[in-house]
Amino acid sequence: MKSAVVQLPGLNRDRDMIAALTKISGKAPITIWQTETAIPDDVDLIVIPGGFSYGDYLRCGAIAARMPVLQAIKEKAEKGVKVLGVCNGFQILVEAGMLPGVLMRNTSLRFVCKDVKLEVINADTDFTRAYAKGQIIRCPVAHHDGNYFVDEETLAGMEDRGEIIFRYAEGTNPNGSLSDIAGVINSRGNVLGMMPHPENLIEAAHGGNDGRGIFASALEVIAA
Amino acid sequence: MIKARVTVTLKNGVLDPQGKAIEGALGSLGFEGVHQVRQGKVFDLEIDGTDKGQAEANLKTMCDKLLANTVIENYTIAID
Repeated sequence: MKSAVVQLPGLNRDRDMIAALTKISGKAPITIWQTETAIPDDVDLIVIPGGFSYGDYLRCGAIAARMPVLQAIKEKAEKGVKVLGVCNGFQILVEAGMLPGVLMRNTSLRFVCKDVKLEVINADTDFTRAYAKGQIIRCPVAHHDGNYFVDEETLAGMEDRGEIIFRYAEGTNPNGSLSDIAGVINSRGNVLGMMPHPENLIEAAHGGNDGRGIFASALEVIAA
Repeated sequence: MIKARVTVTLKNGVLDPQGKAIEGALGSLGFEGVHQVRQGKVFDLEIDGTDKGQAEANLKTMCDKLLANTVIENYTIAID
């Protein structure tokens, strides 16, 4: 498995993501800069990390989503390459139309930075097979715009197809997101977006490793 | 040159926490009877050329592609 981390001006979680991928796979990811339009063919997992791409001007992730590098990522996703977007990465994926819905300002209007609990709603995906359905995991969040919204009809379809992957559990919804949604996957099952930061909970030094399973699943470090 | 104004507003039914906070702040300033405050965005643009029909068509594409997120937002275009 070869992974890649996207680097755009204003993204600031790229080094955490590189460290997580390196520690879990034993191999450093390549990095993809904003001007690149060709992603190497041997990349199996592309990760868009968190931060504030292009200052989050206009709407969070809106400018990044229209950069040529995102078109290149979209083409890879259409060929089946796995794409993971975390936090601003998730916002970029919805703005790019690679995932349904939108991420709006937190209902509290405050930036939230704390640990939440996530329920694994669907463990039968390339990103969550290390977990069990219904498992509660701990994960940090740090965002101002994580309030997921989608129209009712689309939501019903997503629920039927098992595309809601994580929900905030036990009253820990930090942002008012619809139906407590914390992470969703596309219909094909190869593009996952989530607001929480699993890369910040992968080893004892972090105080836990509940986030490790997402990378272990996506990198196929564990048996399918 | 054509001058245009694009107004982007939240669709009905989409929660607007910022609008709610502004409504609360207006109330605390003593402005009573103010309801349904919704925050939006305004873009003023200058476009080369004189063909207003073409400009409007281009503006519509700009709105659909970038200026508005049509999942949650509506837009209107006004040309001088």
